[in-house]
Amino acid sequence: MTESSDTPLLEMIDISKSFGGVQALRGVDFSLRAGEIHGLVGENGAGKSTLMKIIAGVHHDFQGTMKLDGKPVRFRSARDALDAGVGMVHQELSIVPDLTVAENVFLGTQPKTRLGTIDWRRMVRESREHLAGLGIHVDPTTIIGELPIGLQQLIELARVLFSGARIIILDEPTSALSPPEVELLFTTLRRLRDSGRSMVFISHFLDDILSISDTVTIFRNGQKVITSPVAEIDKRQVIEQMIGIGHRELEESYTGEITLDTQFDAPVIMETRGLSHERTFQDVSMQVRAGEVLGIYGFMGCGQIELARALFGKIRAQGVLTLDGKPIKLTRTSIARQEGIAYVPESRRSMLFHHEPLYKNMSISILERISRMLLKPSSEREIARGHIDNLRIRTPGPDQLLGNLSGGNQQKVALAKWLTHAPKVLILSEPTRGMDVGAKEDVVRIVRGLRDKGIAVIVVSTEPETVLSLADRILVMKKGEIVREFAGDTVSKDRLLEAA
Amino acid sequence: MSDTGTATARAGGVGGWVRGQLRNIAPFATLLFLVIFFSFASESFFTVVNFANILNQVSITAIIAVGLTFVILCAEIDLSVAAIANVTGIVVAFFTLQESYVNIANLPLPGLVAVLIALLICFALGMVTAFGVTFIGIPSFIMTLAMMQIADGMSALFVRGQIAYAVPDIVLTLGSGSIFGVPWIVIVAGLFLLVAHLVLTYTRFGRYVYMVGGNREAAEYSGVNVKFIIGAVLVIGAVCSGVAGMLGVAYFGSAQQNEFTTYLLDAIAAVVVGGTSLFGGRGGIPNTIVGLFVLGVLNNGLDHVQIDPFLKILIRGLILLAALVINVYAQRLRSQAENAGD
Ligand SMILES: Nc1ncnc2c1ncn2[C@@H]1O[C@H](COP(=O)(O)OP(=O)(O)O)[C@@H](O)[C@H]1O
Ligand SMILES: [Mg+2]
Repeated sequence: MTESSDTPLLEMIDISKSFGGVQALRGVDFSLRAGEIHGLVGENGAGKSTLMKIIAGVHHDFQGTMKLDGKPVRFRSARDALDAGVGMVHQELSIVPDLTVAENVFLGTQPKTRLGTIDWRRMVRESREHLAGLGIHVDPTTIIGELPIGLQQLIELARVLFSGARIIILDEPTSALSPPEVELLFTTLRRLRDSGRSMVFISHFLDDILSISDTVTIFRNGQKVITSPVAEIDKRQVIEQMIGIGHRELEESYTGEITLDTQFDAPVIMETRGLSHERTFQDVSMQVRAGEVLGIYGFMGCGQIELARALFGKIRAQGVLTLDGKPIKLTRTSIARQEGIAYVPESRRSMLFHHEPLYKNMSISILERISRMLLKPSSEREIARGHIDNLRIRTPGPDQLLGNLSGGNQQKVALAKWLTHAPKVLILSEPTRGMDVGAKEDVVRIVRGLRDKGIAVIVVSTEPETVLSLADRILVMKKGEIVREFAGDTVSKDRLLEAA
Repeated sequence: MSDTGTATARAGGVGGWVRGQLRNIAPFATLLFLVIFFSFASESFFTVVNFANILNQVSITAIIAVGLTFVILCAEIDLSVAAIANVTGIVVAFFTLQESYVNIANLPLPGLVAVLIALLICFALGMVTAFGVTFIGIPSFIMTLAMMQIADGMSALFVRGQIAYAVPDIVLTLGSGSIFGVPWIVIVAGLFLLVAHLVLTYTRFGRYVYMVGGNREAAEYSGVNVKFIIGAVLVIGAVCSGVAGMLGVAYFGSAQQNEFTTYLLDAIAAVVVGGTSLFGGRGGIPNTIVGLFVLGVLNNGLDHVQIDPFLKILIRGLILLAALVINVYAQRLRSQAENAGD
C-alpha cells in the first residue's frame, strides 16, 4: 500500500439490490481508499458486477448509502459518475469497433476547431501522446476493431482514464488478454496507483488478483464475506472464502473429495498433439479413451470452448488430431460427423431448429443412415419416439414443434440427435448450463450410460460442479493451455479452482 | 428454469392458427381477391382461353422461380437469374445456324451439342457464384450482382447488338410448340415445379435445404455440409435460369441483349409473394405456385381493364411491397412465438 488515510475515497454502506425476484446484493459494505488497487473475487453470479455498476452509475435504484470523499452521492447515470471521476471498463467491451483508435479515445468528447468542425489533427496527436504515456504504442488512425482484443481493452481503459476518472473499475479485464498484455496492463495499473488513482480489479484469476492488489474483497452469494490486505491472505484461504467451506449444508458433496474413476488401460480413441488455434489455445496435447468421461475445466475465455469446437471441425486448428490412431483433418463439421464425432454446443439456439418438429431435429445428423436418397419419415418418427421414452422428454409426440418444449427438454433433444447411432466421441460443451437439478441428474445418468457403452465423452465446462459430477479424469485449462491433470485420485472443487 | 414439459397452446384458438399460417393464407387470399376483382372488372378475364393465356405467360417465370425457391429457402438470394437466362439463350442461338441476314459470327453445331454447351455455360456460371459465396465468403447478394454483370457482358459480346432468331429444333418445340393443344412450355414448367416439389419434400437434399435455411449454425453443428448445400442451390438456380432462357428465346422468337430483364423482379416476386420466407427455411414450391398465379393474374388482368399502362408498373410495385410487409411480419410473429417458448 502506498498511501493510507482515515476517510476512504469511496464508501458503500449496506447496499442491497434486486432484479425482479433475484437478490443480487444483500447488505454489502465496501470501501476504497485513494491510491489502492482493490481486488474483487467471487464465483459467477456473486454480485461483483452488480456492485460495480452501482458505483459507476449504471444501476441507480438500490438500497443503501454511497459516499464519495465522505459526502453522500447518488449517480443518475454513467455520465454522472464519470463527471464525478468514476469510470468503468465493462466486462463487455464498449468501444466502437469501426472507428479509429483516436475517435474511440475521444468518444463523445471530440475537440472542435474554431470553425466547429472536429479537430482531427489535435485528436490524433493527443491520443498518441496519451496512449504512449500508458506504454501503448499504436497508430491512432488504425481502425480499432482490427487490433488484438487485448489492445482494444487497454485502449478502452485509456479512454476511461483520459476522461479524468479518479476511480477506475475493471471488470474481468484479463480474461481475453495474452500474458504479455496482462503484464502491460499491470504495469499501467501500478503506475496509475502510484499517481494516486484508485482501482477496483475483478478477476477469476486469483494469481493475478493476489499479485496486483493491495486489498482483496471476497463476495459470495450477494454478500461480502471478507475484506483483507493481500499480505494477510493466501490463495487457499481466498478459495475457501469464495466457495464457503464451513457452510457444508450448502455445498453438499461438491466441497468434499471426489474419487476419479479413471480408466488407464482402455484403448485411446481420440488424441491431439500440439493443437493450437490462433490466440485461443496453444499446444494442447491430450488423449481420450473408450468408456471414459474426460472433463476439461477452465474459466471463461480459457480456450476450452474453442478447443471443443476445433475437435468437431467447427473451427480449424493447427496440429495433429488422430481418431483410432489414424490422423484426420477436420476441415468441416460434416467430416467430423462421418468420422463418428458428435458435438453438443453450449447454446441450444445454435443446435436446434425451433420451428421444425422434434423428429426432424433428432434425425438431421443420421439421415444418411436411414435413407439413401428418399426420406423415410416413418422411421424418423419411430426413432424419435424411442428417444422421447429413453431420455424422458416431456412432449406429446415426435411431431411437436421443438420451440414448444421447455429449455431442459430442448437440451435433451440436442443430446438425442447423436444417440441413435452411437458416436465414437461425444463432445459436450456446458451440458448442464441453466438446467434445474432434476434435468441435471438426467444428464448425468445419460452421460454415464453412454460412457458405459464405450463411448469416449469429453465434457467442457466453466462450472466446476459440472465437471466434477461427470468426469472420470479432469484436465484444467488456463489461458489457452492445459496446466494440470487430475486422474485416478481424489479431487475437490477448491483444488480445481486452485489449479485454474 | 422449471422443467414442466410442453408449454401449452400459447397462441390458442383460431387467431393463433391464422397467425401461424399467415404466410400461407395471405398469398391465397390475395389471389382470390385478384381473380374476383378482375372477373367483375372485365368480361374477357374469367374465361378458359384467358386462363390458358395466363399459364402460358407465367411459364418462363415459373422455371426461373423454381431455382430461386431453392436459393431463397436457403436464405440466400440470386440476382443473376435473368442475366444467366439471357446469356444461355444467346449461347444456344450462337451455336445454331442463323439465316444469312443475321450479322452474328455464329458457329453452327448440331442442335443437341448447342443445347449441351448452353447448359454447360449456365452450370459453370452457377459454379462460379457458388464458389464465390461458399469458399470466398462473398454475400450472395453482392456475388450475384457481379454475376449479373458478367453474364450481361457475355451476352453483349456474343450478339454485339444484333438479334439472332434460329434455335435448335428441340428448343424451338419446347419453347413455342404444343402437343394436343397444350403448349410444351407449360408442360416443362409444370414438370420443373413437380420435380422441385418432390425433391424439396421427399429427399434428403430437400430436407437439408430447409434445415440450412432454418438455422444455418444448427445445421453446421449437426454435421451437415452447409457449404455444399448452399453451393448446390446456387447452381440449381443458375441451371433453371438457363433452361428458362433457352425456351424463352424460342418463346419470344429471338435472342438479344436485355431480353429477360423484367424476369428478375417477376421471379423474385413470385417466390416472395407466395410466402416463402426471405429469411429461409419456410415455404416451398406450393407457395411459389400461388405466387406465380398472383403475378400472372395481376399482369394479365391489368391488360383486361381500362387502365393507364404507366400506372400498371406502380401497381405491381405496391403489390410487391405489400407481400414483403406480410413476409417480414409473418417472420416476426413466428420469432415472437419462439421466444415465448423459451
Ligand atoms: N440486468 C440484470 N437483470 C437480472 N438479473 C441480473 C442482472 N444483472 C445481474 N443479475 C443477476 O444478479 C446476480 C449477480 O450477478 P453479477 O453481479 O453479474 O455477478 P458476478 O459479476 O459476480 O458474476 C446474478 O444472479 C445475476 O443473474
Ligand atoms: Mg460479472
